[in-house]
Amino acid sequence: MSASNAQVDHARIAAAKQGSWRPLPLISNRNLRWGLNLAALTYIVLVYYSVDINWARVAQGMDRAINFVGSFFTPDFVTRGGEIAVGLRESLTMTFVATVIGIALAIPVGLGAARNIAPRPVYFFCRTIIALSRTFQEIIIAILFVAMFGFGPLAGVFTLAFATIGFMAKLLAEDIEDAQNEPLEAIRATGAGWLQWINYAVQPQVMPRLIGLSLYRLDINFRESAVIGIVGAGGIGATLNTSINRYDYDTSAAVLLIIIGIVLMSEYLSGYVRKWTA
Amino acid sequence: MNESYKNNSEVCMLDLKGLTKRYATGDLALDNVDLTVPAGQVLALIGPSGAGKSTLIRCVNRLVEPTSGTIKLDGDDITKVRGNRLRQARRQIGMIFQNYALVERLSVMENVLSGRLAYVGFWRSYFRKFPQSDIAQAFRILERVGLETMIDKRGDALSGGQKQRVGIARALMQNPKLLLVDEPTASLDPKTSRQIMRLICELCTEQNLATIINIHDVALAQQFVHRVVGLRAGAIVYDGPPEGLTPEILTTIYGEEDWTTTHKDSDDEEKSDKKDVEAALLGGHP
Repeated sequence: MSASNAQVDHARIAAAKQGSWRPLPLISNRNLRWGLNLAALTYIVLVYYSVDINWARVAQGMDRAINFVGSFFTPDFVTRGGEIAVGLRESLTMTFVATVIGIALAIPVGLGAARNIAPRPVYFFCRTIIALSRTFQEIIIAILFVAMFGFGPLAGVFTLAFATIGFMAKLLAEDIEDAQNEPLEAIRATGAGWLQWINYAVQPQVMPRLIGLSLYRLDINFRESAVIGIVGAGGIGATLNTSINRYDYDTSAAVLLIIIGIVLMSEYLSGYVRKWTA
Repeated sequence: MNESYKNNSEVCMLDLKGLTKRYATGDLALDNVDLTVPAGQVLALIGPSGAGKSTLIRCVNRLVEPTSGTIKLDGDDITKVRGNRLRQARRQIGMIFQNYALVERLSVMENVLSGRLAYVGFWRSYFRKFPQSDIAQAFRILERVGLETMIDKRGDALSGGQKQRVGIARALMQNPKLLLVDEPTASLDPKTSRQIMRLICELCTEQNLATIINIHDVALAQQFVHRVVGLRAGAIVYDGPPEGLTPEILTTIYGEEDWTTTHKDSDDEEKSDKKDVEAALLGGHP
C-alpha cells in the first residue's frame, strides 16, 4: 500500500515473471515459523505421554454408560410423569420470564456499550457490566443466587436474566457498531433528538439481529435452566438431577428427550422468524 | 444565470470566518477558510480527494466539530451551540449524501418524514403519527421528484437514482435555509447524475436555498452551478464563476493533468450531453 512498508522483493518478482509464484507465508521469519511448528509438535507428544488413562476404570464405567444410553430406547415418560410436567412448566416459565427481563435490561446496556453512539464514560461503564455478567458461568451465579434467595425457580430466573444481559448486550453493541454510519449521520443531520435518532437510524438497522438473538437466547436459557436446576435453582434440571441420583435412567432419558425436542422446535422456529424479519 | 457569483445578494445565508479543522491525528483538513453564500446561490465545491470538501460541509452542520473559526447561519452564530439549539440549527440545514444514506429498512415515506424529526416530539415520531400537514408536504415533494407511487416501498428496494431522490425529499422536508450536498452523483450513472443535479438546482432556485455541492465531476458542475470554489489542502484556491475554470486554474486546484477533454464552454449545454459522457469516460473524473 504505502512505499514505507512494502519492501520490493526482486527475487520474487523475477520468479513470478517466469510463472512461479507461491503466496507469502503467514509468518515471514523462517526460523520463527519452523520454531512454532516444532513447538506445537513437541507439545502434542508431551501431552500424549502425560495423560494417564486408567483403562480398567473406563471398562468398569462403560457398563453404566451402556446402561444409561440403553435406557434411551426405553424412556419412561409415565412413572414420574407428574414431576416431569411440573419441572417442565417451571423451566419454561423461568426461561421465558428471565429472557424477557434480561433482554429489557440488555437493550440499554447494549446501546451504552456501542462505541459509535455512546460517550466514553457510559461506554466503559456498560462494558464493565457486560464483562461482569460474562465472566461468571451460569452455575456459579446460580449457586450465589440460590444462597441469596433459597432453592427454587426465583434464583433460576435471576441467574438466567443476569447471564442474558451480558450475552445480549455484547452482541447487540457489536451489531450497532457494525451499523452503516451514513444513515446515522443523515438522521443526526436532520436535527433529530437522541431517542428519535436511536428509533429511526439505529433500531431499523439492528432489529432483525436483535430478534434473532432473542430467540437464540431463549433456547440457550432453556438449556441452561436444565443445568442450573442441578445446583438447586428449580425447573426441569431439578427433576433430571433427582432421577439420575435415583439411578432412574429411564426417567432421565425421558427428560433429556423432552429437552432435545424443545430445543429442536425453537431452532426451527427461530430459523423461520429470522427469514421473515430480514 | 452567471451574472452574480459572489455575495452581492442582500441575504447572506451562510458565513464562515477563519474556519479551521485539525483532526486528532494532526491532519489539517481546513486551513482558515472564509466563505459566504447568499440565499438562492448554488455553489460547487471542487478539489482533489482529501482537500477538505467533506470536512467543510460537515463542519457547517457540526457533524464535525471545527477547531476554530465561526459559522453563522442566517446571522446566528452556531459554532458552539449545543443540545436543543444545535438541533434547531441542524433542522434548518438539509443534507444530501453520496451513498444516499437512507435507512434502508424504513419505507420511503418514513425516510422522507424523518426530515421532520426535529419538528415533532419523540412519541409522535415513535408512533409515526406525524401532523397531517407534514404528510401532505411529504407527498407533494415525493410527487415533485416523481416517487409518489413508491411511498410504501422499502428503501433497499429502490434504484440508486430513486434513493437519491428520496434523500433529496428528506432534506427538503426540513424546510431548510441551506442545503449541503456531498458528492450527490458519485454513485450514479451519467444520465441519472444529470437528472439529479438538475433536480437539485431547480429545487434550490424554486425555494431560494443557499446550496453547497461537493462534486468531483467538474464538467457536470460547470453546467449547473452559479459559482465554483476550489479547495486544495484545506484552503480556497479559486472562487469565481464556472466559466473561469481554465486549464491553469484546474492545475492549481488538482495538479498537473491534460484538461482539454474536460474543459468546455457552458453555453452549449444541449448538444454537449453526449460529448460530456464521453469526457467523463475518458477521464473527466480527475
